Amino acid sequence: MTGAVERVSVASAGEPEVEARGLTRTFGGRRAVDGVDLSLAAGDCLALFGPNGAGKTTLLRMLAGLLKPSAGTARIGGVTLPGGEEVRAVVGLISHASMLYGALTARENVEFAARLHGVRDARRAALGMLERMRVLDRADTPVRSLSRGLQQRVSIARAMVHSPRVVLLDEPFSGLDAAGAAALTNALVELRTHGATLVLVTHNLGEGLEMASHAAVMQAGRFVRFERCDELDAAAYAATYRELVTRGS
Amino acid sequence: MTTQFTSDVRAPAVASPQRTRSGISWWFIVAVIAVAATYIRAIYFTPLEAIQGPAQKIYYVHPTSAWVAFLAFGIVALASIGYLWLKDLKLDRVAESAAEVGVVFTSVTLVTGSLWGKPIWGTWWTWDARLTLTLFLWFIYVGYLVLRGAIEDREMRARYSAVLGILGALLIPFIHLSVYLFRTLHPMPIIGKPSKPSLPNDMLETFLMAFFSFTVLYVALLRARYRLATDRAALEAEEGR
Amino acid sequence: MVPSTLGAALLIARKDLAIEFRTRTAFFSAAVFALLAIVIFFFAWDPTAVAGMDLAPGVLWVIFTFAGLLGLNRSFSLELADRAIDGLLGAPVRREAIYLGKALANVVFVGAVEAISIPAVALFYNTPFGGRWLAIAGVALLATIGLVAVGTLFSAMAVNTRLSELLLPMLSLPFFVPIVMPAAQATARLLSGRPVVEAANWLKILLAFDLVFVAACMMAFPFTVEE
Repeated sequence: MTGAVERVSVASAGEPEVEARGLTRTFGGRRAVDGVDLSLAAGDCLALFGPNGAGKTTLLRMLAGLLKPSAGTARIGGVTLPGGEEVRAVVGLISHASMLYGALTARENVEFAARLHGVRDARRAALGMLERMRVLDRADTPVRSLSRGLQQRVSIARAMVHSPRVVLLDEPFSGLDAAGAAALTNALVELRTHGATLVLVTHNLGEGLEMASHAAVMQAGRFVRFERCDELDAAAYAATYRELVTRGS
Repeated sequence: MTTQFTSDVRAPAVASPQRTRSGISWWFIVAVIAVAATYIRAIYFTPLEAIQGPAQKIYYVHPTSAWVAFLAFGIVALASIGYLWLKDLKLDRVAESAAEVGVVFTSVTLVTGSLWGKPIWGTWWTWDARLTLTLFLWFIYVGYLVLRGAIEDREMRARYSAVLGILGALLIPFIHLSVYLFRTLHPMPIIGKPSKPSLPNDMLETFLMAFFSFTVLYVALLRARYRLATDRAALEAEEGR
Repeated sequence: MVPSTLGAALLIARKDLAIEFRTRTAFFSAAVFALLAIVIFFFAWDPTAVAGMDLAPGVLWVIFTFAGLLGLNRSFSLELADRAIDGLLGAPVRREAIYLGKALANVVFVGAVEAISIPAVALFYNTPFGGRWLAIAGVALLATIGLVAVGTLFSAMAVNTRLSELLLPMLSLPFFVPIVMPAAQATARLLSGRPVVEAANWLKILLAFDLVFVAACMMAFPFTVEE
């Protein structure tokens, strides 16, 4: 079993933290993800855009170790997926569903996740995370009594309580109000300064480009664009993206 | 400057099954001839058994169906293990076909057992150890087929059926043991079956013919059903499902 | 320190029991069902023809299976709401730990229903348990392990299908027969005051079943959650 979760990059120096080559996933006869290549160093943030049904969620689930690739390879921190417990220890996934137990309180949900990930002093870590997401005052409320936006915040706290090296976020800003969005942005920025790598799926070009170091557009299972953010012009990008989405989907 | 990424590692094309050739299969022809020959011989050329009379003729159908029913489940179990190991959907189609044909033979076994029982023992059902085991086999088959019917996703259906197929095979010896112990405690009407070793040669030959022809019939039906499964999968692939 | 498989299983079991304790609906349903069934069975038989004591073991074990099924159903359905199962699958613990944890929680659940049913049967069926409580509890434990081992696995599968509430009993009941029969026979022997060794043969089957199926179901479980 692995040791205590530490804030150390698991990849050797120079090796990308998140890497994929020809990553493919089929369901029945349909290719949801069709040969994706990507390479991100520690501290990078990839903003992933694309129309609905493009395969973004499937890609994220593969990187999170929840789905096995049908073809191609992916490596997180130097470990080939699906890498089992080693990889899951350093990845955090925030998805559409809250992954929370409605009958348990916010604190219990986050603490359970912390314990499962072997976080030392799980209760304190849980409360700390809830506080960073500005939802500490509802810590002892059963999650099902919380509004969707507050549930989202608890869900984010749950996903990040074990200080993951790689955070995969599937439209995390949806449902969040301004305060929640600010809390999330701060938490993500802090994670990045500590060297975490992010993949952020979002429909909000502005938010995405502001935070990200790389940007990609996914369509029909493939990356149709992939570039560094400092190499692109936001306005032109937005125009191209709109065209891509309305034309292609 | 745009960095375009193209994948230099092309994913292999998902192997979709091809439609099978149509046409009569040799297995069917042999099977039909064999079964017909067996039953002509059984009815006209094999002597009547002294005690049971014509009812005994069902002996050429009942245990042979039972043998096929259990053989079929053996195939289901082996194909299930194979699928979980190799993840080849062909094996799942084999299991599915074996099960569908197997359940028919199991039903035949149960019905012929009943039909035989009525004139011989006076009741439609008896908790005979082998018949009871066959009844449980029937339940397992039905559960297997209902499970398959309740899952749309192909890979999940194959995985789940394989798990059930293997567990079902593990269950059979336990059922057998339980029923045996139950019956030794609760003595039930002794079933008088003509014991096989002392079958006169004529009957024995017919009996063996029946075994052979039923097995061939099963294989023929299995192949036909497998072809259907393959065609269906090919159709789904063509439709992009 | 990432928890060991057993540690993770205990965490998951505790979580399941905390949820059940919080909501209590499944347990109450199962317990009330059990009591109702005990009463109905009594009236369904002619008490002058069959002594309550002869009826008791059979009734007991039929009730355990059906009440158990009620509880097993909820075991994985609570994971599907909001995809909480993804949280478990994304954790750095082995899949077997998830199975083990849920099975442990189910053993407690079914055990609790049994703990209510046994005194109820003793009361309504005039069946003195005498000094045999411990032995009968032992039989109940062995049988419960078997029921839960199979039921937990099938619950994981059934919950992902269209006919989940029908499928779980349909798949499980054939597997329950080699448990219920030995358990009822052993209980009957013990209740009628026969020497414990007579129940021993039946206990051996239960033990063999438990060993085979706990192992088989634990090995099969990862196949039901992988995608």
